[in-house]
Amino acid sequence: MTKPAATPEPYTTVIGLEVHVQLQTNTKLFCGCSTKFGAPPNTQVCPVCLGLPGSLPVMNRAAFQLAMKAALALECRIAPFTKWDRKNYFYPDLPKGYQISQFDLPFSSDGWLEVVDPKGAFARKVGIIRVHLEEDAGKSMHDEAAGTADTRIDLNRAGTPLCEIVTQPDLRSPQEARAWLNELKLLLVYLGVSDCNMQEGSLRVDANVNLHIPCPDGSVAKTPIVEIKNMNSFRSVERALIYEAARQYDEWQATGAELGTTPKQTRGWDDPAGVTRAQRHKEESSDYRYFPDPDLVPVTVSEAEIAAVRASMGAPPTVLRTTLAERWKISAYDADVLVNQGREIVAYFEEVATRVGEGKVASNWLQQDVLRTLNERGEAIAAFPIRPDALADLIGRVQQGDFDTSRGREIFAEVLASGRSVADVVASLGIAAVGDDELIALCRELITANPKIVADVQGGKEQAAAGLIGQAKKKNPNVNPAKVRQTCIDLIKAM
Amino acid sequence: MQPAELSAVDLVAAIRQGDLTAVQCTEAFLERVARLDGSINAFLKVDREGALATAAAIDARRKAGKPLGALAGLPVAVKDALCTRDLPTTCASKMLAGFRPPYDADTVARLRAADAVIVGKTNMDEFAMGGSNENSAFGPVKNPWDLARAPGGSSGGSAACVAADMAPVAIGSDTGGSIRQPAGLCGITGLKPTYGRVSRRGLVAFASSLDQIGPMARSAADCALVLETIAGHDPLDSTSLAADVPRYTELLEQPLTGLRIGRVADHYAAGLDPEVKRGVDEAFAVFEAAGATIHEVELPHAKYGVPTYYLIAPCEASSNLARFDGAHYGHRSNPEGSHRAGSGGQAFESPLVEMYCRSRGEGFGPEVKRRIMLGTYALSAGYYDAYYAKALKVRRLIRQDYLDAFERVDLIGGPVSATPAFKLGEKTGDPLAMYLVDLYTVATNLAGVGGISFPCGFTRGGLPVGFQLQGPALAEPLLLRAADRFQRLTDWHLRRPKQIA
Amino acid sequence: MTLARKDVAKVAMLARLALSDAELDTMTSELSKIVGFVSLLEELDTSAVAPLAHPLDTQNAFRDDVPRPSLTTAEALQSAPHHDGECFLVPAVLGETGAA
Repeated sequence: MTKPAATPEPYTTVIGLEVHVQLQTNTKLFCGCSTKFGAPPNTQVCPVCLGLPGSLPVMNRAAFQLAMKAALALECRIAPFTKWDRKNYFYPDLPKGYQISQFDLPFSSDGWLEVVDPKGAFARKVGIIRVHLEEDAGKSMHDEAAGTADTRIDLNRAGTPLCEIVTQPDLRSPQEARAWLNELKLLLVYLGVSDCNMQEGSLRVDANVNLHIPCPDGSVAKTPIVEIKNMNSFRSVERALIYEAARQYDEWQATGAELGTTPKQTRGWDDPAGVTRAQRHKEESSDYRYFPDPDLVPVTVSEAEIAAVRASMGAPPTVLRTTLAERWKISAYDADVLVNQGREIVAYFEEVATRVGEGKVASNWLQQDVLRTLNERGEAIAAFPIRPDALADLIGRVQQGDFDTSRGREIFAEVLASGRSVADVVASLGIAAVGDDELIALCRELITANPKIVADVQGGKEQAAAGLIGQAKKKNPNVNPAKVRQTCIDLIKAM
Repeated sequence: MQPAELSAVDLVAAIRQGDLTAVQCTEAFLERVARLDGSINAFLKVDREGALATAAAIDARRKAGKPLGALAGLPVAVKDALCTRDLPTTCASKMLAGFRPPYDADTVARLRAADAVIVGKTNMDEFAMGGSNENSAFGPVKNPWDLARAPGGSSGGSAACVAADMAPVAIGSDTGGSIRQPAGLCGITGLKPTYGRVSRRGLVAFASSLDQIGPMARSAADCALVLETIAGHDPLDSTSLAADVPRYTELLEQPLTGLRIGRVADHYAAGLDPEVKRGVDEAFAVFEAAGATIHEVELPHAKYGVPTYYLIAPCEASSNLARFDGAHYGHRSNPEGSHRAGSGGQAFESPLVEMYCRSRGEGFGPEVKRRIMLGTYALSAGYYDAYYAKALKVRRLIRQDYLDAFERVDLIGGPVSATPAFKLGEKTGDPLAMYLVDLYTVATNLAGVGGISFPCGFTRGGLPVGFQLQGPALAEPLLLRAADRFQRLTDWHLRRPKQIA
Repeated sequence: MTLARKDVAKVAMLARLALSDAELDTMTSELSKIVGFVSLLEELDTSAVAPLAHPLDTQNAFRDDVPRPSLTTAEALQSAPHHDGECFLVPAVLGETGAA
């Protein structure tokens, strides 16, 4: 593990994360209602997720298997026996008065996920304490300004399957926390476990943070742990942690309060204001009276089932980075960029690279042209009009010397704009390959017209031949500059 | 022909053969309800129009030669703890005022699919918590054998309506004896099947690991008929058993020769009423005469059954009843009420919490509150191991007692209640005394096995005495066959209360 | 076994039950008796016994990830004490009451 980047702060920030991700199932965890986001309120509800009297839950097999995928990818141990517990508390978005969750026997535990900064600033292996399955709550919409106005309850989300991932307090800076969350999201999206869309609430993060402050006497002071909630993006996680670390340091300097002297505090992140604020502490709220849910039976998992899930997973991003770099002889940095763009980009890249028979050039086109264009157009690769065979066709023509890269870029833009094939665009722009005879005639003409350059080349300054390329392109824009240069040198040397 | 005098088996046959129409049959029972229920209070809701419309539709289909279900035209009364799509479902609680379920319980759906006629919803102890039916928010049910006495509970309305011939069969639910005990005190037959034999979906949960729906009727043969329809796997109840459903009605014929029935010495401890003891002894003698052999067996942890039950059931109930909070259905406190603080003068932290506390404080009756409090306490931080976890361990010991006993005998016999029906109000001031009425019944539920109770005699005062048989898991065919054989040899189950004849 | 009145009040708040002063008095004495009664279990040594939460030995009751019809919004809201045709309405989750 590399040394953490030197920080100017006189303390170490110690961070643990609690991440909730919604699983990409068709139906809810315990009933057959759809989990699709964005439906009108209370249209995806039934007696089970409304918590009507007499209704009973039945476990969604796909949810359990997706959760196992996530746990296995996080190197967790899968419990051979797991059960469902009720977490009892009253809230109107929790219509049963309890959440079906897992308490003392989660289906998986003891894993890790490493994040490596591609620029080498840090590499951090973060321990996973546990991954468990539970049901989501509905949505409460309160008009805070109105104060005492009624709260509106939409139960469409109630019962959506959630994976809760709890890490060890292994992260050592807000930047690491953000990078680790990016890595986690990438992994879960790769596996098809979750779409991890924070705007739609399918990934939510709470952070536990405190400071370790080295003191002059050699001891280390530890500040009280604070849980931060309400962070709506990875960027706000980073900002909130930076703010909270500074706040804790100020408070420690002012009060000297240390871990264990106060009950754990919860603070909410106020994004527009850029501050964390203390949330109201409810005295009895932590007495959840967990007990085994008598409406559900336990789940047992065999080694064979674990193996089957593992076999269905495909390569995770960490493995893919290495194999991509090795297979296509591209740099670790390039492999990282491609893999971080997601499974579809990697597939696109590999198809282009296979067709052109080379990785580096495919990677360059992907990064400089395709990704940039996708960014500008705000498009996903699936909807990108230039398919891998077309891009490979274009790159192939550049490689053959039909035209140069900058000319290739013009063709790329025209294909994108017109939706026509590469061959069509090449023809319509009058870009025809320049034949050998034609090229030699052109070069002879240039040599005759530039005796100074000829003399320089003959005197050993081959680079002087570059002066002929511009003139050649003026006479015929389709000539390949490298070919012009080599042909002219060959002709001069033969004189 | 007087339909009220026929068994359910005979009614179904008469309707199928055309000797009786479904409408005639339904009207005959509804007429008795109209005449008698004012003094018994067995029904919370009588669905006269719905029942007659269903009956008429069945008659029309029969006339048109279309196929009919196994219970075609049979009137059935359903305990108000089961959800019914077109009828209010209250669990005899103010808390469920205004609640209309948008779905049928699995049992109700199976009854409808078999062309049974649902005549109404029966009174019960609030949320099935009680052993006398005095915990109903809508007034107690009276025992048809003596209107000054309780019918038992919690399925007191179901037991009383069958005893008074207001319905040939009724559906009950049994969490710690709530089918068997009122059946015993009302002189009818009630079966609590093995846990999971009948789907719990749509049964408003009291204690999910103990609750089980079952039939209540005048005879074991009638119970067999109804069980055949309501038993079976429900993929939407995770705790429903996948085992095939036997043809219970066709398995009654075999004699009892060689059947081993266990007798538990502890059942005869202090507190057993001498007249009940006499009835039970005579019942054993009948079984011996029928070819069975009687063996002494031990259930060493039986005496811990009631305290174990009164931890596990309230713990589960405290969670199961959390959904009744005034937010999505049921009673919501009027916000302009009198008191502005919680129990012991604690301040409410928000208008929402105030609404919760007051809705639940107003909606639940005293016994329900006691059990919610007990369960909440026993599950709360610091007490879980001492109470809930301890009870689960004793539950294992109790189940093991049964597994051991059923190695030696086929069924276990004994009293269903220590006394015949007690007077209304006799035990209402003492919750613990009321809890002890479940003495002989709770262990069946804790072990998850089946039990049946049926009349085995009468006291000198004319009150029925009940006998209970318990069997291993899925021994319903044997329980029904033994009870049916007993009823072929005796006529206790044919006696009718004089006051309401 | 005697429970303290203030502890019983705390349990009542945890259970979201508003009890009058008289109810709280009665509840305290009744709960004390009942807790004393169930404490009979203490006399059993269960150190070697595994808890039994459920009478069934069955495991792995799953369903396939196939949508089933939901209720209509009107059906979902049909028994709600207060709703706006779209959502359930409940008193404010936030904010103080005029509690005594």
